[in-house]
Amino acid sequence: MLSTALFIAFTLVCGALLLSLWRLLLGPDHPDRILALDTLYVNTIALLVLLGILLGSALYFEAALLIAMMGFVGTVALCKYLLRGDIIE
Amino acid sequence: MENLTALVATQTEHLLEIAVSALIVIGAAFTFIGSLGLARLGDFYTRLHGPTKATTLGVGALLIASVIYFSTRGEGPSLHEVLVTVFLFITAPVSAHLLAKAALHLRVRSIAPPPLAVEGADAGQLRADVPRTNSAGRTESS
Amino acid sequence: MLSRLLPHPLLTLALALTWVLLVNSFTPGQALLGVLLGWAIPVFTRRFWPDRVRIARPWWLVFFLLKVLWDILVANVAVAALILGGQRFARPAFVPVPLELRSELAISILANTVSLTPGTVSAWLSPDRRTLIVHGLRVTSADALAQEIKTRYERPLRDIFEPPC
Repeated sequence: MLSTALFIAFTLVCGALLLSLWRLLLGPDHPDRILALDTLYVNTIALLVLLGILLGSALYFEAALLIAMMGFVGTVALCKYLLRGDIIE
Repeated sequence: MENLTALVATQTEHLLEIAVSALIVIGAAFTFIGSLGLARLGDFYTRLHGPTKATTLGVGALLIASVIYFSTRGEGPSLHEVLVTVFLFITAPVSAHLLAKAALHLRVRSIAPPPLAVEGADAGQLRADVPRTNSAGRTESS
Repeated sequence: MLSRLLPHPLLTLALALTWVLLVNSFTPGQALLGVLLGWAIPVFTRRFWPDRVRIARPWWLVFFLLKVLWDILVANVAVAALILGGQRFARPAFVPVPLELRSELAISILANTVSLTPGTVSAWLSPDRRTLIVHGLRVTSADALAQEIKTRYERPLRDIFEPPC
């Protein structure tokens, strides 16, 4: 039962990744692409959590936490760049 | 008596497996719906809604499933996934707010009429600074 | 004296809890290390935290968070239905919400709450911090939405952080 649920979940999350990638490539504006990138980060966290459950290993948690942090910092830096034309003021 | 205890134990295990499976499927479905919203909605501001809400809740549900799964394997409680959940719930609105602010600043096309207050305040803010170049390479007319 | 030794008790608690969760072990040793870190980090980074956080009614904050959590669940089902239903049902609009809150922390919490709950994202805060512009996904009446945000989230936050006394 758990393996069936995991299979469905992997399919859905991979679909989500593809949809975000589609938006990332399509644009049309810079904020759209940044939003797509941010969504890709969050989807990756979902994928890593699922992988952790599938392999029964808690090691992937650290990777998920790091991606969450780096993703947030990256999004904020890019937004700051769009707002100010500069990152470090 | 021992039979009964064993029965209860297998029943509990079964219920937990059902709960974990349900949370996994629900979480993944919400993640998918969030990205679907990102892909198919009309303008940037409506697209912003999908990833900030649905995706965050979806990943939250997946992480709770992970907490239940790892806590019931007999190796003691495993609560560190809560950290990622809390982190996401705090940061997702912040990035959404910044993205919306950046989009309003760049005058990204919007279905809804953009608020007038932003235009005035933005121009005032820019006038105080030196003329800046935005990401597209255009110089802001201030 | 106490404020020099322990400038931010809430931050200390949060850091200690974060440490214990991060190492994922609840032994007394790790708890002690967490408390030590939670004490040392605020003391050494005091300059970054000029204002002390004051929560007038901590228990109300707990109730508020539970309510928000419930709203998040309901909101997500609504937004998911809207996304699956497609664009025909979306009535996007920008709605200005006049703010009565003054404390920075309370305004940030309000903006975060608005972003996480029913079909709204906080989009822009005026430089004088008196108006929050909210983007709604399905707005039938702008005034009703602004009023709902004010009564449902702003009023409790005022009670929690800025009690009228």
